[in-house]
Amino acid sequence: MCLLWVRTLSGVFAPPFRSANLVYELWKIGVQSWFIVFLTSLFIGMVLTFQSAYQMQKLAAEIYIASLVSLSVVREIGPIMTALIVAGRMGSAIAAELGTMKVTEQIDALQALATDPVRYLVVPRFLALLIALPVLTLLADAVGILGGFLVGTLRLDIMPSLYWKMTTFPLLMKDLNTGLLKSVIFGMIICIVSCYEGFRTEGGAEGVGRATTRAVVSSFILIIAADCLFTALFYFVLR
Amino acid sequence: MIEIQELRKAFNEHPVLDGVNLTIKTGETMVIIGRSGCGKSVLLKHLIGLIAPDAGRILIDGTDITALAGPALDKMRLKFGMLFQGAALFDSMTVEENVSFALHEHTTASEAEINQRVEECLQAVGLERVEAMYPAELSGGMRKRVGLARSIAMHPEIILYDEPTTGIDPITGDSINNLIIELRDRLKVTSVVVTHDMKSAYKVADRIAMLYNGNIIQVGTPEEIRGSASATVQQFITGQADGPIQQGLPARRALSRWFRPRRRGGI
Repeated sequence: MCLLWVRTLSGVFAPPFRSANLVYELWKIGVQSWFIVFLTSLFIGMVLTFQSAYQMQKLAAEIYIASLVSLSVVREIGPIMTALIVAGRMGSAIAAELGTMKVTEQIDALQALATDPVRYLVVPRFLALLIALPVLTLLADAVGILGGFLVGTLRLDIMPSLYWKMTTFPLLMKDLNTGLLKSVIFGMIICIVSCYEGFRTEGGAEGVGRATTRAVVSSFILIIAADCLFTALFYFVLR
Repeated sequence: MIEIQELRKAFNEHPVLDGVNLTIKTGETMVIIGRSGCGKSVLLKHLIGLIAPDAGRILIDGTDITALAGPALDKMRLKFGMLFQGAALFDSMTVEENVSFALHEHTTASEAEINQRVEECLQAVGLERVEAMYPAELSGGMRKRVGLARSIAMHPEIILYDEPTTGIDPITGDSINNLIIELRDRLKVTSVVVTHDMKSAYKVADRIAMLYNGNIIQVGTPEEIRGSASATVQQFITGQADGPIQQGLPARRALSRWFRPRRRGGI
C-alpha cells in the first residue's frame, strides 16, 4: 500500500496529465455526492442541536448551543462525516470498478497497451478526491451549521442574530484549516485503500465483493484513526 | 525472434513453468498447446512482461524483456499486440475508444488520422458501424474481433493470442482462425497462439509446441505433432481420457479440496 502511495504521488507530477479523466472523476466523486452530503449534514446539525439543547437547558446555557454546534461541525463532524460518506459511496465503487477490471484482465490489457495502471486509474481518482473532499467538507460545515440554525431559531426560540453571533464567535481560521487539512488526508486514505484493494482482487465476483468490503472497512478504520491522531496533534501537541 | 531460455515461475511454491526453452522465429505462427491450467497463459503473459519470472530470460530481438522496467518496458510492449481470453475490452469505453486507446496514449496523430486508423482496424477484423457501441452490447465473437482490432492498431510486430477461440461458437471460432492467418499474411507479424483447441491449432500453426508439467515436451510442424511418437502428445491431441496425462487430482487431494473450509471474507 505504501508503494502504491509513493507511485501515485510521483504520478501526480509526471506527464501525461489526463484532464478529461480528472474531470470525469470529479463529476462522479464530487458532483454526484453533494446531495447525500447535504442531507446527512443537515440532519446531523439538527440532531446535534437537539441533543445539545437537551443538556444545556438543564444548565440554562442554551446560548452556547450555537458555539458548541459550530465548533463540533467545523472541527470534527463536517470532515469526518463527509469522509465516511465518500468512503462508503465512492471507496466501494472504486474498489469494485478496479476489482472487476482486474479479474476481467482489463488491468493487464492496460499494461499490454504500454499504459501504467497507477497513472491512468489511480492518479485521476487521487486528485479528484483531494479536490472534491475539501469542497464537500465546506458544504457539510455550512449545511451542518444551517441545520443547527434552523432548530435553534425555529424550535428553541433563540434569536437569529444572536445564534449567528454565537456561531461565529468561537470559530478561528485554525478550526476551518485543520478540518480541511484532515479532509485532504482522508481523501488520500480513501483513494489509496480503495485502489489497493481493487488491484489485489482475485477470484471473480466473490473476490470483487470481498475487495469492496475490505476497502470500505479499512477506509473507515483508517479515517477514524487518522482523525484521532490529527485532532490530538492540532489541539494538544501543536497548540 | 523470441527466445525463451530456462524460464521458471512458481505460484505458492507450486512450479508452473519449470525451465521452459522455446524459440519463435520472426514471422511464424507458434501455437502453444496444453491442458487447461498447465501454464500456457502464464507463459504468454511472461512474453509481454505482465508477469515477472522467478528465473530465466526472454529475448525479444536480442533484448531481455525480463530485465526491463518503466518506460523501457512500455516501449518494448508497443512492439506487441495481445488478444486476451475474454477480449478484456475496457467496458466503460466505446468500441472506437477501445481501438483508439493506444493511438491516443502513444501517438501525436490527429483525431482524423486516429478515426481513419480505427476504421481500418475494424474493417481488417470484419466489423462495421460498431464504433459507438459498448462492449456489453457486443456478442462474444464481436468482442474478440474488437480486441483483435485494438491489438493491431499500433502496427505490432508480434501478436499474442490467449485462447482466441474459447467461449465462442465453432463458426465464429473458425472466422477468428481465418483472421489470425490473414493478419499474419497481410501484416507479416510473428504470432504466438495459446490454445487447447486442436482444430484451431492445426489450422493456424506453422509450428506447435506442447507444454506439459512446466516444460515444452515437443515442438514441431502440425504434421510432426500429428505423427508424434510421444504417448503424452498423442493422448492430448486425440483427446483421450486414458493415458499418461493424469485426469484431475488424485482422489484424496480432490476430496480434501472439496471439503476444505471456505476462506473467510471481510475483516
